[in-house]
Amino acid sequence: MSEEHTLAVKGLHASVAGKEILKGVTLTLKSGELVAMMGPNGSGKSTLAYALAGHPKYTITAGEALLDGKNLLAMSPDQRARAGLFLGFQYPVEVSGVSLSKFLWTAYSQMHVGDEADSDRFGADLTKHLGYLGLDNSFLKRPLNEGFSGGEKKRTEVLQMATLAPRFAILDEPDSGLDIDAIRSVGETVAKLHNPGMGTMVITHYQRILKFIRPDRVHVMVDGVIALSGGRDLAEELERKGYDWVKVGLAASQASGT
Amino acid sequence: MAQNSAELTPLDYTRYDFKDPESYKVRTHRGISEDIVRQISELKHEPDWMLDYRLRAYRHFLDRPMPDWGPDLSEIDFDAYTYYANPLAEGDTKKRWEDLPSDIRNTFERLGIPKAERDYFAGVGAQYDSGTVYHKIRDDLAKKGVIFTDTDTAVREHPEILRKYFGKIVPYNDNKFSALNSAVWSGGSFVYIPPGVDAGIPLQAYFRINANAVGQFERTLIIADKGAKVHYIEGCTAPVYSENSLHAAVVEVVAEPSAKVRYTTVQNWSKNVYNLVTKRAVAYENALVEWVDGNMGSRVTMKYPSVYLKGRGARADILSVAFASEGQVIDSGAKAVHSAPDTSSKIISKSIAIRGGRTSYRGLLHVAKGATGVKAAVRCDALLPDAISRSDTYPYNEIHEEDATITHEAVVGKIGEEQIFYLMSRGLRESDAIHLILMGFLAEFAKELPVDYALELNRLIQMEMTGAVG
Repeated sequence: MSEEHTLAVKGLHASVAGKEILKGVTLTLKSGELVAMMGPNGSGKSTLAYALAGHPKYTITAGEALLDGKNLLAMSPDQRARAGLFLGFQYPVEVSGVSLSKFLWTAYSQMHVGDEADSDRFGADLTKHLGYLGLDNSFLKRPLNEGFSGGEKKRTEVLQMATLAPRFAILDEPDSGLDIDAIRSVGETVAKLHNPGMGTMVITHYQRILKFIRPDRVHVMVDGVIALSGGRDLAEELERKGYDWVKVGLAASQASGT
Repeated sequence: MAQNSAELTPLDYTRYDFKDPESYKVRTHRGISEDIVRQISELKHEPDWMLDYRLRAYRHFLDRPMPDWGPDLSEIDFDAYTYYANPLAEGDTKKRWEDLPSDIRNTFERLGIPKAERDYFAGVGAQYDSGTVYHKIRDDLAKKGVIFTDTDTAVREHPEILRKYFGKIVPYNDNKFSALNSAVWSGGSFVYIPPGVDAGIPLQAYFRINANAVGQFERTLIIADKGAKVHYIEGCTAPVYSENSLHAAVVEVVAEPSAKVRYTTVQNWSKNVYNLVTKRAVAYENALVEWVDGNMGSRVTMKYPSVYLKGRGARADILSVAFASEGQVIDSGAKAVHSAPDTSSKIISKSIAIRGGRTSYRGLLHVAKGATGVKAAVRCDALLPDAISRSDTYPYNEIHEEDATITHEAVVGKIGEEQIFYLMSRGLRESDAIHLILMGFLAEFAKELPVDYALELNRLIQMEMTGAVG
């Protein structure tokens, strides 16, 4: 019963402060797909996420990004969010004096302008999602991200994703800085929340979280392009061989002109 | 993105911007003179001591130069104001809203005062220009000996209590505007809570300026006797005129040993009002005085609620908030004067300046010789969402005992691009994101307000507050 949605990125180039980071990224994410985006530091994974979400610091110099055929790049960040795109931040931002519950409700109601923002439904789902993440109800009264531990921040990002039920979620390093138990909790929750109506992309350096998320496909980004794509076993291969192995392969394929 | 905050419409005065036809039973000529001072006293059939007090104050007012250390007051023309205008006969304060002339009753209905009285308050006073038009206290409190009336009535009916304190906390010669108030004062609240009585739910006074270029000079005196407890709230609004108005109040608060007084103000004057107010409290042994002081309106505000801690263990808690937009200067702050041992004070000042508005924190922390074991904490947070507004802090410390524990923090923040992007990435429009950040910044203040005032604050900052779970 879920509709099929498509996020299509074609030849995307993006720069920050005049420095080109993305050098032609092409990928398609469809509803129901769960993919991992891996790659070494500085390869452009986060830039791809922020550029798609519309961060003003990133300038798109070429290419396009379409959500169900609509030009994402012409939309403001909030329009992109309302079109169904969610970005889970690597470093979530603190907002003093705004309780998590108030913030979640504010965001939820923004998403449901037109249809009815249903507070009963909202509350029931929230309780369920808190349970998934092993968070207590009292957590909702705390100011958004303020004084949160690293793990609490990452869980809160996933909680926001769950509340907003996006068509496409891009999670930027939901595992960084977490201990093993927290990685498991976040990973399992992301897998649980993933559904046929949603496309999910998880950005990570390590395959550890992927054991819980179990992606359908793995992309590897190197130097601003997707250098390699494969199945779940690619992540394990990377863990063994390191990113240098991909870089060497990429250099070879560029030299041979393929 | 942050520079777009010019789109923000911070405060909506239109709700208060209505005026009744100017129909006054008694009104003095424009301008001030000894004759005007005498006329006001005569209208009130005052005892000689009060007339003498007014005249002494008036002479001091004439001699005292304008304060030159703060905001620009050069546009104030004392001859342009009317110093007394009363829609009713002097002393004809009503106890039932339906006895008021319909214009005035409608004004207070529109401001929601009778409804708030039914819903939240133990007593309500309403002042309209110079006249106290309505005053009422619940019978059960009156039976406990609680007095809540206008100050003119108190001069007649409770002279023994009033004379003990009147002008003792804020002497007429404290500053030019306390002198002016002492010369021409009219109305204001007189509150007396007998020993050990807890007034429970708050008392409220509402001050409304209606006429063009009429000054309002209410005089408020609150006394909580030993172990008594009271929360007093005042709100103020005025319509917009092209000529400016002057509001120069004096508020004196006395907290006898172990008493607790909280005084909450939500000031939302229109932007043509000069709001120059002297507020001071004395706290005796183990007493607590709390000022919760919100300044959203006015053209210029100068107000520094003070607590003089005169008994061992007395405490002061001052939370002041300033919101200044285009054309506004809010110069506010706090003073804590520790003259007894083991006294403590906490001052929190929060300010937002947008669209070229200007806020200043001006504070004094004084620890007298002999006041050992003092603890004092001052925190000033300013938020500047754009580049054209301004915020300054002027903290003064006079510490004469070495063992005092003093902390002082001052932070000026901008609304970060990252914060706005984060909220927008959750589907909030930019203006909603900024409103949410502003309301979050003021949350510490909003949670101290009675529910209707907190809602009003939310409405003012045009943030729709929707019920959340949890």
